[in-house]
Amino acid sequence: MNQENQAVEGYSKKAASPYKWEMVVDLDRCTGCEACVLACHAENNIRISGEEEAAQGRAINWIRIERYWEGEYPDVKAKFLPVMCQHCDDAPCEPVCPVYASYHTPEGLNAQVYNRCIGVRYCGNNCPYVARQFNWFDPHWDEPLAEQLNPDVTVRSGGVMEKCTFCVQRIRTGKETAEKEGRRVKDGDITPACVQSCPTSALIFGDANDPESRVAHLKNNGRGFHLLESLGTHPSVTYLRRLSE
Amino acid sequence: MTNKPTGWEEIPQINRDLLAPLQTTTWRYFLWVGILGCFVAAGLGAWTYQIQTGIGQTNLHHPIFWGSYIGSFVYWIGVSHSGTFISGVLRLTNAEWRRPVTRMAELMTMVALIVTALFIFYHLGRVWLFYYLIPYPNQRGIWPNFRSPLMWDATAILTYATASTIYIYLPLIPDFALARNRIQGWRKTVYRWLAMGWHGSQAQWYTLETAIRIITPLIVMVMISVHSIVGFDFGMALVPGWHSTIFAPYFVVGAVHSGLGMVVIGLYVLRKVYHLHDYVRTEHFEKIGQLMVVTTLLLAWLYFSEQLTVWYGKIPEHIAVQDSLLYGSYAVPFWFMVNCIYVLPLITLVWPRFRRWPLGLMIIGLFINIGMYMERMLIIVPPLGHPRLSFQWVDYFPSFIELTILTGTLALALLLYSLAIKFVPVISIWEEKFGRTHGQHH
Repeated sequence: MNQENQAVEGYSKKAASPYKWEMVVDLDRCTGCEACVLACHAENNIRISGEEEAAQGRAINWIRIERYWEGEYPDVKAKFLPVMCQHCDDAPCEPVCPVYASYHTPEGLNAQVYNRCIGVRYCGNNCPYVARQFNWFDPHWDEPLAEQLNPDVTVRSGGVMEKCTFCVQRIRTGKETAEKEGRRVKDGDITPACVQSCPTSALIFGDANDPESRVAHLKNNGRGFHLLESLGTHPSVTYLRRLSE
Repeated sequence: MTNKPTGWEEIPQINRDLLAPLQTTTWRYFLWVGILGCFVAAGLGAWTYQIQTGIGQTNLHHPIFWGSYIGSFVYWIGVSHSGTFISGVLRLTNAEWRRPVTRMAELMTMVALIVTALFIFYHLGRVWLFYYLIPYPNQRGIWPNFRSPLMWDATAILTYATASTIYIYLPLIPDFALARNRIQGWRKTVYRWLAMGWHGSQAQWYTLETAIRIITPLIVMVMISVHSIVGFDFGMALVPGWHSTIFAPYFVVGAVHSGLGMVVIGLYVLRKVYHLHDYVRTEHFEKIGQLMVVTTLLLAWLYFSEQLTVWYGKIPEHIAVQDSLLYGSYAVPFWFMVNCIYVLPLITLVWPRFRRWPLGLMIIGLFINIGMYMERMLIIVPPLGHPRLSFQWVDYFPSFIELTILTGTLALALLLYSLAIKFVPVISIWEEKFGRTHGQHH
C-alpha cells in the first residue's frame, strides 16, 4: 500500500544522497497545543510580527495548527491539523520561481535560497498548502530578544519568501556528526524543533530510506494519507488519520 | 483645372491641421501637464516610501501574494493591445477607415507598455535585485529559470516592446520628414535624425511599404502570444479558479475589449481638444462601436463557458471561488463588472443610432475600462483568497499606498501620452493623405 510514499519520482531518483528526510504527523495525538509553533519560532529566527501585523494576517508561521470545527452546536468538535511545508517531491513552488530561489536538494528537501529570492511571490500562490510565508518588512526584535537569535539560521530580510526547512541546520549537524564517526545517521539523531517540543509525540521525523526508522514504519501503518493527495505533489509529510471515529 | 475634387487640393490643409498640435501649445496644456505631474510625483513618493520601508506597505498578506499591482499589470498590457489590434488587424484587412485611428492607437500601445513594465517593479519584494531576472552571463553563475511562466512573460513583453517600437516607428518616418521640413529650432535636428534621410523617392516608399507589410502580420501574432502568456501566468498555476485552459483566449479577447474602449476615449478626447472633426468622423466611432459589439459577445461567450464549466463541475475548491463572486464577499464588484463590460455595452451598442453618438461611445469605453480593471482584480484576488485549506481564507483591498501608486501610474500614462502628441502627429499624415488621394471612397 501507499505506493506513492515509496515511489519517489523525479528528483529523488537521481538523488546522490542516501537519505530521504520525511515527517509523520499523527493526528490522533495532536492536541493543538501549538508548542511546535513556538519552538519553531525560537529555533528558526522567525520574525516577531506583533499584534497589528497578526491582525492583518501577516504573522509568519512555518508550522501552524489549523483548527476546523466539525458538527453543529452543541455537538461540536475541534479538529486540529498541523500544517508546515510538505517538502513535496513534485513541488508546485519550484518550477514557477524565475530565479531558482525555490529548489530541490538531493535529499528531497524543498529549499529556499534567500539570497536569490527577489520576491515575485509566485511560489506562494502556487503552494496549495499555503506553507510559504513572506517577509513584508525587515525583521525586528525588541531588546533583549535580538540576543537570543539562533546563530545557525539566517535572518531573512524584508521582501524574501521563507518556509519550513525541516530544520536543515539540525539535519546538517546530525550528518556531520555521523560522518565524523564514520556511520550513517541513526534514527533519532536528528529532531527538528517542532518534533522535539511536541508533548504528545504527534510529530515524528526521520530518514525514509532507512527501513528501520520510525518514520518508515509509521507512514505505512495503514492510517497514512497525504494532504491534498489528489494534486500529485508527492509530499514528504505523511498524516496519520484519527482513530477516534 | 476642373472643379471635381481629387483629394490633392486638401493636402496643404491636412499638413497644417495635423502638425498644429506640434507647433502651438496653449496654457491649458501646461496646466494639464502640471496637474498630471503632481499625481506622478505623489505616486513616485509612494513608491519610494514602499521601497524604503518594505512591500508590506501594500495590503497583501498570505495567501493573497498578488494583488493590485499584478491586476494593473494585466490591465495595462491589455490596453497596449489596442494599438496593435486596431492598426495591425485593420491594416491587414485593408480597412480604409483605419487611417485616422492607427497612430493614436499605436501611441497608446507604447505608453501602456512602459506603464506595464513599471508594475513588475512595483510588485517585486526586493526590486533592487530585479537584474536577477535578466539572462546574461554573470558572476552569480545563475541563469533565470525558463520553466517559470514569469520568464516566458518577461520574454514576451520584451519582444512585444521591441516589435511595437519598430511598428510605430516605420509609418512615422515620412511624418518625421515632414516635421523636419516644417519645424524649426532644436527639434528640427531631432526630426532630421529620426527621418533617416527620408526624401520620398519611389524606392523609399517601396521599401517602407514592404517593411510595413512584413511586420504587420508578425506584430499581430506577437500581440496574441503576449496576452496568451500573461494568461498562462495564471492558467499554469495550481490555484483553484486559475488552473484553466481558457485563460489564453480569454485574456487576449479581454485585452482587445478594454483596448477598444481606450481607443474610443482617446479618439473622442483628441478630436475635441485638437478639433479633428474633419479627420475623426462619426463613421469611425461607428466602426469601433461595431467592433466593440463583437468583442463584448466574444468575451461574454468565453466568460460564460468558463463559469459554466466550473459551476457544472462542482469541484468544491473551484465552487468556493465562484460562490464568492456570485453571491459572496466579491458579489458587488463582480456584478458591477458584469454590467460594465457585458450588459451595458451590449444593450447600447447594438443600436446603430447609439453607435453614431461619439460621446455615448466614449462613456461606454469608460465603463468597459473600469469594468475590465475590476475584472483583472477579480481574476487575481478571489482565487488566491480561497485556497484549498479553507482555514486560510482571507479578503483583500488595496492600501492607500497602493492606490496612490496606481493613481500616479495612471497619471504617468496620461502624461506620457500628452507629451507624445506634442512630438508625434496624432494622425498619420501621409496615410491620411494617401487615403484621400488614392484610397477607396469613404
